[in-house]
Amino acid sequence: MGRSYPRIVGANREPSWIFFEALLPLLGIAAYVFVYQAFGSRAIDAIMTSTASAPWGICGDHACLNAAEQAAERARALANTNALIASVVLGGTMVAFWLNVLWSMASQLYWEKEIGNLQLYMMAPMNRMALLGGMAVGGMVMTSMRAVSTLVAGILVFGVIFQVVDPLMLLAVFFTALIALYGLGMMFASLYLLWGREAWNLSALMEEPIFFSSGFYFPVGGLFRVPGWGPIIAIIGSFVPATFGLDALRQLTLSSTAFGGQLWIFDVKTELYILVFMAVLFLILARYSLRYLETLAKREGKLTSRHQ
Amino acid sequence: MPYAVETRDLTRIFAGKKKRRIRRKRASSEGEDHLGPVTALDQVSIQIRDGELFGMLGPNGAGKTTLIKILATLLLPTSGQAFVAGHDVAKDPFPIRQRINMVSGGETSGYGLLTARENVWMFSQFYGVPSKVSKGRIDELMHTFGLWDKRDAKVRMLSTGQRQKMNMIRGFVTDPDILFLDEPTLGLDVNAARVIREYITNWVRSQEGKTVLLTTHYMAEADQMCDRIAIIDNGKILACDTPSNLKRMIRTETTFRLEVDTIRDTTSFTMMQGVKNFSHKNDIGTNRSHLTFILEDEGPVAEILSTITSQGSKVHSLQKSEPTLEDVFISMVGRGFD
Repeated sequence: MGRSYPRIVGANREPSWIFFEALLPLLGIAAYVFVYQAFGSRAIDAIMTSTASAPWGICGDHACLNAAEQAAERARALANTNALIASVVLGGTMVAFWLNVLWSMASQLYWEKEIGNLQLYMMAPMNRMALLGGMAVGGMVMTSMRAVSTLVAGILVFGVIFQVVDPLMLLAVFFTALIALYGLGMMFASLYLLWGREAWNLSALMEEPIFFSSGFYFPVGGLFRVPGWGPIIAIIGSFVPATFGLDALRQLTLSSTAFGGQLWIFDVKTELYILVFMAVLFLILARYSLRYLETLAKREGKLTSRHQ
Repeated sequence: MPYAVETRDLTRIFAGKKKRRIRRKRASSEGEDHLGPVTALDQVSIQIRDGELFGMLGPNGAGKTTLIKILATLLLPTSGQAFVAGHDVAKDPFPIRQRINMVSGGETSGYGLLTARENVWMFSQFYGVPSKVSKGRIDELMHTFGLWDKRDAKVRMLSTGQRQKMNMIRGFVTDPDILFLDEPTLGLDVNAARVIREYITNWVRSQEGKTVLLTTHYMAEADQMCDRIAIIDNGKILACDTPSNLKRMIRTETTFRLEVDTIRDTTSFTMMQGVKNFSHKNDIGTNRSHLTFILEDEGPVAEILSTITSQGSKVHSLQKSEPTLEDVFISMVGRGFD
C-alpha cells in the first residue's frame, strides 16, 4: 500500500496528465480511425455504385447478385468498419497500460536507484515482491484512470458501440491480462536495473513493433492470414500478454462473430487460460530475477546504490 | 555481554571494473589505473554495546559507509562476520531489518510530488508501523525537528536542510533499536546540525536499548556526542576508545597550531627531528595556511618558525593546545582529513 501511494496520489497531483495521457493518445487513435473510415467508405462506395457489368455493385470479389445481397454486403461493411474502429479504441486504451509497463514499471527500480530510494527499499523488512506488487498496483490504478478517460473520450468522439454479453468474463480477462502484463513489467524491472540505461533502448524497441505485432490497432488474427511473415510476427507478439488480452476483450465487446469470426486467434476461454499461465509464469520469473538482483547487489555492492 | 553490533575480522574487497575496452586499457597504461580491486574494509573487529552511541571517525574513503552498508544488510562481507542484534548479516538479514534503520547525509530519497509527511509515512509502512501510530510519531518528530510548518509542503519544495531533517524523521519514525547514521549532519547549517545532534544524543540517553552507530568526519561532532569512537583509515581500525582516552593517548606529545601566509613547500617539516606528525590546510579565501604539529617536546618550535620565515611567509598566530581527536588522527595516520 505504501508503495502504491506515490503512484496513485502523487501522480494525480499533476493535472497536466489529462492532456498528455488522456487526450494526446486520442490523436494516435484518431489516425487509425480515419484510415479505417476511409477504407469503409471506399468499400461501401464500391457496393453502392452500379456499373454496366455490376448493376447491384461489387460484393467482395464478385458482382452483387441482387438488391438483397447488396444491402447485406453494405450492412456487413458498416459493421466491420465499426468493429475495426472499436478495436482501435480498445487497443488505444490498452496502449496506456503497455506504455506504463514499459516506461514506468520496467524502469521503476532503475529510477528508484537514481533518486536514492532503492537501498532504503532493500533495507526494509518487507517482501521484495510486495515492493514490486505495490508499484504494479499503483501503476494499474493510475493507468486505469487514464485508460478509462481515453476509452470514454474515444466512445464519445468516434461513436463506437460495444456490446458486452458476458461482463464477468470481460472482467476476468481484463484483470488477468493486467496481472500478466504487470508481471512481465515486474520481471523487466530487475533486468532493466542490471542493464542500466541500455535498457531504455529495449523499451523504445518494444513500443511500436509491439503495437504492431500484438495488434493494438487491428485484430491480430489478421496477421495469421498474411502469407509468409504474418504468422511469425503474430507468434512473436503473442509473448506479450496484451496480444491475447486484447483479442479476448475484442471478442467479448464486439461479439465473436465480428469480422465473420475470422480474425480471432483462439476462443475467449483458451485465451484466458493462456493469460493465467502467463501471469503465473511472469510473476515467478519476476520473483527469481528480483532475488538474483538482490544477491548480486549485495555481492557486488553497486546495483542498488546511487551513481554506481 | 550482548552486543548490538559486533564484527569479527570483517573484510570487504570491491572487485573494481573489468578492463573491457581498448580506451580503458590505454588510460590504464597512462597511469590512471583505477580498475583493480579495492580493499574497503580490512579485518575490522568492533563491538558496540546495547545503548551505546558509537562513533566511526575517518576521512572520505576510509570505509565507514561500507561498514554501515554491511551492517544494514545491503552488502555482503568478502570475509569475516558481522552480527547485528545477535543475527548474522549474511545469513539472517530479515530479523536485523526489523530492528534497524539508516539515514545518510545528503540523501535525496523520497518522492518530490508527495509532501514531507506523506513521504515519511510511506517509508513507515514498509516497516509495518500502524498508520495511526506512524502519523502520531511523524507529527511529534516534525515538531521536534522544526519541520512542522513544512509538513504539507511537497518534498521538491524543501531546502537541503529541510530534506535532511525529513530523512532523520524517516529514520526515527520506525523506532529502531539500532540506528545507523552515515554523516547525518553533512552539509547542514549550524542550527540544523545542532538540533539533530541533540535529538540523537537524547534519543540514546533517554531510552534503554537504543544504539546508534554514527559515522562522521566532523571531529567535534564525534567528540561531543559519542561514548566511544573508532578511528578508521584505509579500511583499518586504528584505535577504539572513549574520546578522552583517545586524546590521553597523545597527551605526552605537544600540539602546536600555527596560522601563516600560504606556504607551498612543507616537505622539510616532516623530516625535522622531534616532529612526530604534521598536517596542513590551505585556506584559499584568506591566503593562509593552517599548520598542526605533533611534537615530542617543544624543542623543534624554533626551527619550525625559522623554516616558515625563510620561505618569506609571516606567522600570524602560534598556539599550543590540548590535543583534539584530529590530533589523535594526525598522530596515528601522519596526515589530516583533508
